[in-house]
Amino acid sequence: MLKAMLGEAWLAMGANRLRTALTMLGMVIGVGAVVIMIAIGQGAQYAVQQTISTMGSNLYIVLSGSFTTAGVRSGSAGGPTLNVADAEAIAELDGVANVAPTHQGSRQLVYGSQNWSTSVVGTTPPYLEARAWNIVNGASFGDSDVRSSTRVALIGKTVAQNLFGDEDPVGKTMRIQQNPFTVIGVLGSKGQNLDGRDQDDTVIIPLSTAQRKVFGTPFLGSVRMIMVQADSAESMPKVEAGIESLLRQRHRLREGSPNDFFLRNLSAAAESEAETTRTMSILLGAIASISLLVGGIGIMNIMLVSVTERTREIGIRMAIGARQKDILTQFLLEAVMISFAGCLLGLVLGLAIALGINAFTGMVVVISGSAALVAFAVAAMVGIFFGWYPARKAAQLDPIEALRYQ
Amino acid sequence: MTQPVIRVVGLGKSYETAAGLFPALRGVDLEIRPGEYIAIMGPSGSGKSTFMNLLGCLDTPSTGDYFLAGENVGQMDKDALAILRNRTLGFVFQGFNLLPRMSLQDNVALPLVYAGTDKEARRSAAREMLDKVGLGQYAESLPSRISGGQQQRVAIARALVNKPQLILADEPTGNLDSHTSEEIMRLFGELNAEGITIVLVTHEPDIAAHCKRQVKFLDGEIVSDHLTGAAA
Ligand SMILES: Nc1ncnc2c1ncn2[C@@H]1O[C@H](COP(=O)(O)OP(=O)(O)OP(=O)(O)O)[C@@H](O)[C@H]1O
Ligand SMILES: [Mg+2]
Repeated sequence: MLKAMLGEAWLAMGANRLRTALTMLGMVIGVGAVVIMIAIGQGAQYAVQQTISTMGSNLYIVLSGSFTTAGVRSGSAGGPTLNVADAEAIAELDGVANVAPTHQGSRQLVYGSQNWSTSVVGTTPPYLEARAWNIVNGASFGDSDVRSSTRVALIGKTVAQNLFGDEDPVGKTMRIQQNPFTVIGVLGSKGQNLDGRDQDDTVIIPLSTAQRKVFGTPFLGSVRMIMVQADSAESMPKVEAGIESLLRQRHRLREGSPNDFFLRNLSAAAESEAETTRTMSILLGAIASISLLVGGIGIMNIMLVSVTERTREIGIRMAIGARQKDILTQFLLEAVMISFAGCLLGLVLGLAIALGINAFTGMVVVISGSAALVAFAVAAMVGIFFGWYPARKAAQLDPIEALRYQ
Repeated sequence: MTQPVIRVVGLGKSYETAAGLFPALRGVDLEIRPGEYIAIMGPSGSGKSTFMNLLGCLDTPSTGDYFLAGENVGQMDKDALAILRNRTLGFVFQGFNLLPRMSLQDNVALPLVYAGTDKEARRSAAREMLDKVGLGQYAESLPSRISGGQQQRVAIARALVNKPQLILADEPTGNLDSHTSEEIMRLFGELNAEGITIVLVTHEPDIAAHCKRQVKFLDGEIVSDHLTGAAA
C-alpha cells in the first residue's frame, strides 16, 4: 500500500516537473544554507579549540606595567618593573606548575645568504612546558644554558623553512644581531594563535643570552613579562590572588596605590573567544534555518495549489474507496518526498560549497554526520508540518463536492 | 425471499440554494433485489443523479433511511462508507472519471490499492478485468490514448475489480454514440447475467429497453415502476 502510494507520489511529482523543481529549490537552498553554516560554525569552533589547545592550558601572563619614581609615573617604556627574582618567587607559590620570565622582540636572522625577520623570545626552559611545546628535531636548552648565556637557539617551523629550506637546521649556525647562534632544535608546529599570528614564526633562546646579546637591556635581570602556568584550572583563582599579593609585597606598593604590573588570564581570554564563536555559529545556524522555513512555506503553498487543482481526482479516489487517511497519506507523502529530495540535493550542494570554501579560502570547515542527520530530520519535519494542512484539507473534502468540482 | 441489496425508505434530499432549501428528492421508497437490472429514467432535474449519489454513498440524505445489503448506511462513519464504496458497490460515471496520469491497468487496480491488496494480486486482477472488457492489450496505455467507449469500459472494469454485488451507473452512455452505447449495454447485460445487480440512469428508451425493470422519476418522486419485456 505504502509502496503503491510512493509510486503515485513520484508520478505526481513528475507530472509538473518545473513546479516540483522550483518547490524543491526552496528546500535545497534552505538545507544547503544550514549545512554550510553548520560546517563553517563548527569549523570556527574547531579552529578556536585547536588554537586554545596549542596555546597551553591554565596560563597567566604577568606584564610589567608603569612604575612611579619620585611621583613621576612612566609607562612600561620607562623600564620593566618585573625581574627574574619575582619569577623565582612566583614559582614558590602554591598551585603554580611553571614560571618563565620572558623577553620578546622582533629581530633579523641571517643564515648564509638568507635572512628572515621573526619574533625572538628569550626565556627559561619552563616556558616550553607551560606552552606544551615539544621539540621535533634536536634538543632543548637547559637551565645551565640560561646561567651561562650560551648562544643556542630553538627555531619554529616557519623559520626553519624560510631560513634553511631543505637543509637540516640542527647544528647550523645563524646570526641574530651579528651574534652567532647554534640551532639545537626545531619546535613542533602550533599553527596560528587566536589573533591569527603564526606561532611557528619564532626563535627561542635562553633569557640571559637574549638580554645580553640580542636586546641589550640596560636593566639586567628585569623582564617585561612572566608566563605562569597553574597546575590545574581549579587552582587558577588561588594562583591569581597569590601572584597579585606577592608582587605588591615584593614591589613594596602601599595600600591604595595601583599595581605596577598587569595580570592577564590567557585561558579566560581563550574561553571567551570560544564562547564567541559558539554563539556565532548558533546565530549562523539560526539565520540559515529561516531559509529552511521559507522552503517549507513554499512546499505548503504548492501543496495547497495542488490540492485545489486535483480536487476532482480526490473525488474520484474517494468514490472508488479511498478513506480520509488514504488521501491524507498520499498528500503528506508527496510533501515529504519533495522535502526529502530537496534535502538530499541541499545536503550535497551544501557539502560541495563547504568543501569549496575550504579549498579556496583555507577556512576550516567541519563536516559532521550528525549535521546531515539533523538536516534530514528537519526536512522530514518540515515536509510533515507544512504538508499537514494541505493534506488534511484534501482528506476532508466531501466526495460529492469534490466530484462536482470543475 | 432473498434480502434486498438496496432498500430505501422515505429517502429525501434537499439542497441549499440562494432561494432557500430546494427538495431534489422527496421521500423515495424503493427495493432492489439481487440480480436485478434497473433503468432509472425521468426528465432532466427530476433527481436521478441525486438519487444515484445517495445510493453510491457519495452523498448523505436529508431524510429517510438507506439499507445497503441489510445495513443502515445512515449510521456509518466516513471510513465505513469508503469501505462500502470500495467493496460493496462500483460506481460508473457519465464522464468516465479515469485518472489521466495512470495507465489503464493502474486505473483499474486503484480500488485494490485502497483495499490493501498486494501488488501481484492487484496486477493480475486488473489484467483479468481489462481482458473481460476486451481491452487487455491496452493495459499500459494512458486513458487519453483510447476512445470514449473504451474509456467507459475501463471505468466499468475498475468498478468490477473488487467483485462488488452492485454496479451503479449514472448515464454511462451519455457521452457515447449509439453504436458504442450498444457495446456498453451488451457488457452490462453480460455482467447482469453473471448475477451482478445493476442500476443505471438513462434518458434513452433504447438503452432502458435492455434493462429488466424501469423506474421513472419526476420532480423528486417515483412516478412509475414496472418490469420490461427484457425481464422475461
Ligand atoms: N449541489 C446542488 N445544489 C443545488 N441544487 C442542486 C444540486 N444538485 C442538484 N441540484 C438540483 O436538484 C435537482 C435534481 O438534480 P439532479 O442532478 O438529481 O437531476 P437529474 O435527474 O440527474 O438531471 P439530469 O437528467 O439533467 O442529469 C435539479 O433541479 C438541480 O438543479
Ligand atoms: Mg443527472
